[in-house]
Amino acid sequence: MKFSENWLRTLVDTKLSSEELAHLLTMAGLEVESLESVAPAFNNVVVAEVLEIVKHPNADKLNVCQVNVGEAQPLTIVCGAANVAVGVKVPCARIGAVLPGDLVIKQAKVRGIESFGMLCSDKELGLAVESQGLWLLPGDAPVGKALREYLDLDDNIFTLKLTPNRSDCSGMVGVAREVAALTGGALKQLDIPTQPVALSEQLPVKVADAVACPLYCGRLVRNVNAAALTPAWMLRRLERSGLRAINAVVDITNYVMLEMGQPMHAFDVAKLSGGIVVRKALKGESLTLLNDQTVALDEEVLVIADEKRTLAIAGVMGGQGSGVGTATQHVFLESAFFVPDSIAGKARRFGLATDSSFRFERGVDFSATRQALERATQLLLEICGGSAGAISEVRGQLPARLPIRLRRARVARVLGIPLDDIQITTLLRRLQLGCEAKGDYYLVTPPSFRFDLSIEEDLIEELARLFGYDNIPAQVPQAALIMLPNSESQRPLARIRQMLVARDYQEIVSYAFVEEQVERELCGNDQPVALQNPIASNLAVMRSSLIGGLVGALRFNLNRKQTRVRLFEAGACFAKVNNEYVQKQRLSGLAYGAAQPEQWGAAAQPVDFYDVKADVEAFFAPQVLRFVPAIHPALHPGRSAQIYCGEQTVGWIGELHPHWQQQYDLVQPAVWFEIELDALTQAHVPRMSEINKFLPARRDLAVLVDEAVAVQALLDAMRQVSDHYVVEVALFDLYRGKGLGEGKKSLAFRVLLQDTQKTLTDIEIDQCIARLVAVLQQHGAQLRV
Amino acid sequence: MQELEHILDEALKQFAAIEQAAELEQVKARYLGKEGRLSELLKGLGKLSAAERPAAGARVNQVKQAIEIALQQRRDELQQRQLQLKLAAEALDVTLPGRGQGCGGLHPVTRTLERIESLFHSLGFAATTGPEIETDFYNFTALNIPENHPARAMHDTFYIDPQHVLRTHTSPVQVRYMETHQPPLKIISSGRVYRVDSDATHSPMFHQVEGLWVDENISFANLKGVVQDFLQHFFERDDLRVRFRPSFFPFTEPSAEMDMSWNGGWLEIGGCGMVHPNVLKHVNIDSEKYLGFAFGLGVERLAMLRYGVNDLRLFYESDLRFLKQFN
Repeated sequence: MKFSENWLRTLVDTKLSSEELAHLLTMAGLEVESLESVAPAFNNVVVAEVLEIVKHPNADKLNVCQVNVGEAQPLTIVCGAANVAVGVKVPCARIGAVLPGDLVIKQAKVRGIESFGMLCSDKELGLAVESQGLWLLPGDAPVGKALREYLDLDDNIFTLKLTPNRSDCSGMVGVAREVAALTGGALKQLDIPTQPVALSEQLPVKVADAVACPLYCGRLVRNVNAAALTPAWMLRRLERSGLRAINAVVDITNYVMLEMGQPMHAFDVAKLSGGIVVRKALKGESLTLLNDQTVALDEEVLVIADEKRTLAIAGVMGGQGSGVGTATQHVFLESAFFVPDSIAGKARRFGLATDSSFRFERGVDFSATRQALERATQLLLEICGGSAGAISEVRGQLPARLPIRLRRARVARVLGIPLDDIQITTLLRRLQLGCEAKGDYYLVTPPSFRFDLSIEEDLIEELARLFGYDNIPAQVPQAALIMLPNSESQRPLARIRQMLVARDYQEIVSYAFVEEQVERELCGNDQPVALQNPIASNLAVMRSSLIGGLVGALRFNLNRKQTRVRLFEAGACFAKVNNEYVQKQRLSGLAYGAAQPEQWGAAAQPVDFYDVKADVEAFFAPQVLRFVPAIHPALHPGRSAQIYCGEQTVGWIGELHPHWQQQYDLVQPAVWFEIELDALTQAHVPRMSEINKFLPARRDLAVLVDEAVAVQALLDAMRQVSDHYVVEVALFDLYRGKGLGEGKKSLAFRVLLQDTQKTLTDIEIDQCIARLVAVLQQHGAQLRV
Repeated sequence: MQELEHILDEALKQFAAIEQAAELEQVKARYLGKEGRLSELLKGLGKLSAAERPAAGARVNQVKQAIEIALQQRRDELQQRQLQLKLAAEALDVTLPGRGQGCGGLHPVTRTLERIESLFHSLGFAATTGPEIETDFYNFTALNIPENHPARAMHDTFYIDPQHVLRTHTSPVQVRYMETHQPPLKIISSGRVYRVDSDATHSPMFHQVEGLWVDENISFANLKGVVQDFLQHFFERDDLRVRFRPSFFPFTEPSAEMDMSWNGGWLEIGGCGMVHPNVLKHVNIDSEKYLGFAFGLGVERLAMLRYGVNDLRLFYESDLRFLKQFN
């Protein structure tokens, strides 16, 4: 909410400077977002009238003007503006004036003619960014008057960031009341006399929904001059509150809203059929609003109607067919109280946010509804003339303000410091809260303008606010020392992250929403979890995998001349399964470019499947993983696998499909993995077993097999021999090429044999190896000698 | 016996002239071997009288010892020299760079979160998490924000469907935790949150840390104490000041906005307050017996201030030139 500081100061007495006032409000919970002066600093600028113009003898584009600045003798001023004319009133900077930009006006010769000042544009005074020549002031501007005074330019605009609980401060009267409560300064009440009733006529008002509208006041004013000019002081206040001038009648209703916080509406009586009806809309009704928007209404929406049609959405916006224009002769002024629940959400439903709905959905002071109507009438009669009828008022059950119990002990317990009786009662009274002492508690009754006070804590906040949050000490709590559980069978995510960091992966954080296309292409996901209101079409669906963010980050960095990129991210992935949203935390990484940083003594090798596989295996160690060939939409079909930890699938690994590699302009393949975080965080609490004191024997087995034979199959077969002497079988060499024959590879396995009871004899070892060889041969392996 | 002196003198000279270990052993035999000159002399002792023999014998042994010592010394010298040569030959250019895998790094937001969590951990706050697709109930209703409440407009919410939203804050975790745990409780919960907002100072996704402490005697003064303590420790500055300003959150009462002194001004870093009795009521905690405070901090804001990051968007661009600065 924006307002003029000078306006506020007409309503409350305070010695505080603008900055002090802003600080006071901010520290009381009415955050001042900005405090801006209306005009930049300048002085010695007065209203002047141009009396005479003569062409400058030495310059085509200059004029020599005689200017009346309210003194006996006119001033001679050389002026270059094209719009200078005899009779215009313009700002004149006098000798000695300092204008924005530290421009000092001196007496000077302009092409040989002495000039005694400068006629100004609004741009030169810092009041406009662009201007079309001299600033032409209204014809009734008083000649000689200081411009700052004339236009009330020594003023500031306060912008408040009002929290939803403080609707009582959405009018100047409310802000003034708050300042008075905070400073103890005197409030200057508005003088609103009851307006004379000069018309016997009244428009009938029927309230069909008295729950939603417990108070409706309206009055007829006939023979107004709606074309009258809104007075400058009112326009200034409206403008400094950020409102546009529309016409005198509308400006007056807006003004009263800004002043008293009571939204008002004016109807053109000529456009009404019969009396006013406040009712719920009928299903299927529609209404074209003042902003040209046509909305479909239903029984949820409270409307103002006449006997034939709907006129306005109550408390939100008026309709086009009944608004007041400059040709309007007779108006019907409305000032009503709609309960917050009946208005809440209605504006938003139609994509609207109006000054009126803002106030009504937060709460408007129902004790001032009638007074606001009197105020509007007063201004209307003053400005537009006319004669007013009596107020039609329909009153139902207004919100009750029930006394709230406030215990002194509870205040001390919540705030951490005690407040004494005098402090409590003084603070409450300053807030105009009715307060009745009852031993160790008080009964406190909030005023009609406070919609945010219903429980004890609300009152405690009020006390703390006025007492000053700054005056409450910072105290470290005292509590029992209780140790936190620490499960050793869970590895913290922080430690897992460190493993990735140690293996040269850089962490990224990417958006959890991605482009639908990415989900479809890289994840084969045709039904991603979609946002109803995405911020952009490329951030429209929730990711089901972290791959999109990683590939995006890879491309971003390649475009910035990086050649080796290794990234990881940990985060939630989303899916909808059986109508439930599944949100799994995953860890995913991507490696591109050289396997190792470029260095001497090691030939540069592009990262491959096995480099990344080693990383994944290291993350899970000591658990042993299995990799099973499987097809993934993002991955090269011959270079991708599903990762198993025991019986459980825990993730994917593979090289990006050459198709995507090409589509994403990747020169080299990228290797990607993604792991369920749950699987990674599980850990074993170690249990020692006896160290075998007999040394193991090692035998190596080299076999020739077809390329198609998977190493895992041979390892599994050997392990299944389940000879208890065999403690380890592992591949240690792979050879392809010369002398092996087409489509063959040579594999070398290391076998460690050991018994816990004795040193194995050569015979035992040979028997064991023979069994392994036999199994290998069953799998088509040929022993190499 | 003059010969003895001569032998000794000759041996010493000869040892000193030898440069090879093998040669030294050969020369040693010439003096100390069975056929060596000293052995010869010892054999000759028999020719001496009984009176002369002991002194002469002792003298020969002295010379023998002296030769042995000289020999050992020379051996050591040669060995030492050999070692020096070997070491010199083996010397590396230690200024060549080391080889092997490089080292990655954590995202600055993670770095910040871990720091925040560890500080609160030291006070006994347990870390907990919650879902990012949250129900309307937990994100709003259970936090005392009924449907159509104007406070909902303060949260520019991403909707998945009418009942599900992307959580707009980490506060729902409070409710979820209190539903399953009894006070006293002390938790910290961090994670991603989402708002429909995107410009130079707003990101549609950002991180929050939520803290909650519920116990029998927890006050607003305690809230101030804990938050101030935290910020001073986080920034490692005792002179850092914290300002609490009245504000409004439907789930706390009294509520406050937290500002921190920075470069002569104040910066907003989060919201906090005493847990609203309605929130406690939702989770069946007796608000007469228990009080609690809750606070929510903007993690990116803290990271920006701590590390001098001047543009929020850098956190989500994954630019290695940015990220590697935090390794």
